[in-house]
Parts: sequence; structure tokens; C-alpha cells
Amino acid sequence: MNPQDFIARHIVTLPKSGIRDFFELVAKMKGQDVISLGVGEPDFVTPWHIREAAIFALERGKTYYTSNLGLIELRRAISTYVEEHFSVSYRPEDQIIVTVGVSEALDLAFRAFCNPGDKVMFHQPCYVSYHPSVTLVHGQAIAVPTYAKDNFALTAEALRAAWQPGAKILMLNLPCNPTGGTCTREQLEKIAAFCREKDLLVLSDEIYSELTFDGVHTSIASLPGMVERTIFLHGFSKAFAMTGWRIGYACGPAVLIDAMMKVHQYSMMCASIIAQEGAIEALTRGWDAVLKMREQYHRRRDLVVRRFNEIGLKCHSPRGSFYAFPDVTATGRTEKEFAVGLLEKEKVAVVPGVAFGENGAGHVRACFATSYEQLIEACDRIARFVETPKK
Amino acid sequence: MNPVLKLLIEGGQLTTAQMAQIAGLTEAAVNQHLEQLKKDKIFLGWRPVLDLSQEAAAAAAVRAVIEVKITPERGGGFNRLAERIGRFDEVESCYLMSGGFDLLLFVKGSSLHKVASFVSEKLSTIEGVLSTSTHFMLRCYKDQGFLFDQGEMQNTRLNVAP
Repeated sequence: MNPQDFIARHIVTLPKSGIRDFFELVAKMKGQDVISLGVGEPDFVTPWHIREAAIFALERGKTYYTSNLGLIELRRAISTYVEEHFSVSYRPEDQIIVTVGVSEALDLAFRAFCNPGDKVMFHQPCYVSYHPSVTLVHGQAIAVPTYAKDNFALTAEALRAAWQPGAKILMLNLPCNPTGGTCTREQLEKIAAFCREKDLLVLSDEIYSELTFDGVHTSIASLPGMVERTIFLHGFSKAFAMTGWRIGYACGPAVLIDAMMKVHQYSMMCASIIAQEGAIEALTRGWDAVLKMREQYHRRRDLVVRRFNEIGLKCHSPRGSFYAFPDVTATGRTEKEFAVGLLEKEKVAVVPGVAFGENGAGHVRACFATSYEQLIEACDRIARFVETPKK
Repeated sequence: MNPVLKLLIEGGQLTTAQMAQIAGLTEAAVNQHLEQLKKDKIFLGWRPVLDLSQEAAAAAAVRAVIEVKITPERGGGFNRLAERIGRFDEVESCYLMSGGFDLLLFVKGSSLHKVASFVSEKLSTIEGVLSTSTHFMLRCYKDQGFLFDQGEMQNTRLNVAP
């Protein structure tokens, strides 16, 4: 007997996340003075009033399952919040489902909407789990490249060029992890027109939307004729610094949310009630903290982008998110050589761009969700590394 | 708003070189801003925040808050007396309060005895001081925004995450 034979074929061939390899490498440097720009989460601890609300919920004995869709108070708060901030209305009763982070919402959507062989388009470089999530439901993933020359915005032209007959779903993540790219309203209108023309369902992961620094974030769901073909995915991890709470939600047409709920009720049942209680507090009283954190990220972005460009790493100014995605090819190194060399010589961790798909080649992702002191020190070290000639 | 003042309000833990990088200024420009803020009497100076329960920092470890009732004066109200009391080195802070008393003082001294004699010999004997009520501080949990016990703040963040 070979235990390997028990593993499903599509899991055997599913590659591990490129981030994982790099994580192992960094883990080996434990105890050394490593500055990590490799994280994908805020450096802020969840605001105290949110943590305190969750503790209070426990004290009152809130330890039970909730409705499959999530606490109705939370869905009402989500409905109000989404209407205020994204100009789209969803009924709390049947158009919103609370999930274990956006990750679960995404998995539910793919399982609910994707037949084996269905084609799913996604822009790339992108978050590490989009492509594998499609593979897991036996779908066919089609990568649409985004380019540094467009500040990594998705263009309708690239979408049209990559489109294949039978494409059913378009996955969007704007602002984007790892590039910080977003689309202007005009660019989004063209994408929306293309989706209507080709009858695509849109899954829009807008987890970084509150962290938009230049201009106003527009949700594709708010554009004419889109709400009926869009699943709006959002959560609390980034804006409210609640990554470890694992709490998010999906909004969309009732019939589609109902389909996602079927998968959710048999797999997850419901999101943790404690996280849901914290989320209610976040939505009702957490906005001031979001604005404060956004201002901090904004200034850190300006600092990092300015320093990278001074150092000679060409870097566009990301309109949103907390990631800078500089081009490192001018140093004569590949992104992997750069990231490994920088880690070994100067003890700064950044993530090679190819971990986010082949279109990330030549770039590294540097997360600026860390203190000013660390950022300044990291930039000084990167400058020293770049000046050292490659052997 | 003055960019340097903004950084000061946010916590003031940065060196001038760090402030320069964050605000996108030269270090000389940051120093100029600081000088101007001092001239305008907006920025009065730096103070360290120390954990006085630690042996090494215990030079002036006895602290008290004192509620003081005073008689307001025609023409000047509470100001003259408050300024007079505020001039004592022992007084770290002095506030005019609404409510059951008039001035709230934060006082420090190297021993219980020193603080007590400041109250009985200096403060209470000032003409116009009607009564004092002294509360000695037993333990500090948070000062100037700094939590003293950081046990809960252990950094468990992963070094690399998607």
C-alpha cells in the first residue's frame, strides 16, 4: 500500500503556494534580526472596543450556533454599511451571507456556480488562492495579465484578448493583492460592459476597498446592470485589522446567495458567533479607527514608494491596499534572486512576484503595514543591497 | 496642519531623521518646524515616559494627585493662585477643574515624607488655599498612552503570509 495513492488526482497535481516555500526560508532565519515586509495583514491589533465587544459577548454566554446566514443584526449592519460605502442595496434577510472570511465566501461561490470544466477568468498577478480554488472545483482558470504600465489596473482590452468562448465567471480583486492596482470608474464601466456583453458572472473581492488612497473606490456591483450578475465579497480583515477573526460576507441576488448558503450549511454551518459579535461592533462604531489606520498606510505608502524609486527600484504608487510591487529587474537579478539575496544578506523579507502568478515576474511584493522605524530601516537595507554588485 | 506637529500629536516617538523621511522633508526642515513650534509656544518640550516601579527609574517614585479648593480672586479668578502653585518643582501638572474642587495637581517626590511635607508646609499654607485632599498613587497601568504590562501584545504575526 502506498498512502500517496489515497490522495485525489487533482490534489496531487495542485501546486503548493509559492509563498509557502518562502515562508520556510524565512522561518529558518528565526532569531536573527529579520524585518518582514512579507506579511499580508495589518500590523495594527484589532481596535480595543471591538475586542472588548467580543469579550462581552462571551461573558453574556453568546456561545451558540447562529443562523446559517449569520446573525440578523450583523446582516442588517452589513446592509447599511454596504449601502453607505458602496452605493448598493442588499436585503439583510436573503441577499447577504456571513462567512468565515472572504476565503470561504470565494470557495462557496466557486462550488455553487462552477460546473466541472467551466471557465473562470481572473486577473494576474493576484492573490494566491484564486487559481487553485478554481482547480479544486474542476473548473478551468484563465489568467488575464495586468501590466506595470497600467499601474496594474485590469483593462477591458486585456480581458477581451484573453476571453475564450464558454467563459462563465470573472473574478476581480480591486484594489489588488499583490500589486495595489485598482480600476478607475471609467475602466470599470468598460469591464462591466464586457461582462454584460459576454454574460459573465462577476465575483468581486473588495477586501482592500477601504484602503483606497487616491480617488474614490467604485464597486462594480454599483454600475448599471451589474448588481444582478455580481457577487460582492467583503470582510473585516484588512480595514478593521481583524485577520485572525476569520469573518467576511457575500452579497448578491437572493437566488445566488441561497445556492452559496446550501454549500455553507453543509460545510461550515455558520461563522463563529464571537467573530460575528465583534463584526457588529466594528461596523457600528469602528469607522474612526479605519480612517486613522488608512491615514497611516497612506503615509507609509508615500514613504516606501519614494524610497524605492530613489533606490532605483521602479515602483508605481499603488492606489490602494498596503502593498508596493516594485520592479527589481534593473538590479540585474530575477525576483527570486532578489528576494533570497535580500533575505540572506540584509535580513529583509519580501515576496517574489511569481508567487502571485507568472505575470508577477520581475517584481517583488513589499507590504508596508509595519512601523515607520522598521520601514525606514528596511529601505536603508534594501538600498545597501542594491548597491552591492551581484556576484 | 504643520506635518511635524501632526507627527508629534500622533505619539512623538520618532527621531527627527525618521520624521523627515515620513513627511518627505529634509532633517533641517524638520528642525526648523520644531524651532518654530517652540517659538510659537505650541511645542514646549520632550518628556520620557518611565515605568517608575522599575528599580532603575525609581528616583522620584512617589506620586500623588491632590484635589485643591481655592478662593477665586476678583479680577483674576483662579489664575494667579494656579500659576503660583504650578511653579513648585514638585508639581508636574496643574489643571483647573469643574466639579467639587478647583485645582487638580499631579505631584512627585523622592519619598512619601517629601510629598507630605510639600502639602503641609507649602501648599496648604498658601493664602487662598482652603483645603487639600491628597491621594497617593499605588500602581500605574497606563501612562501617556503607554500600557505598562505588554503581556497581551506578544507579536505572533507570521513573517510571511499570503
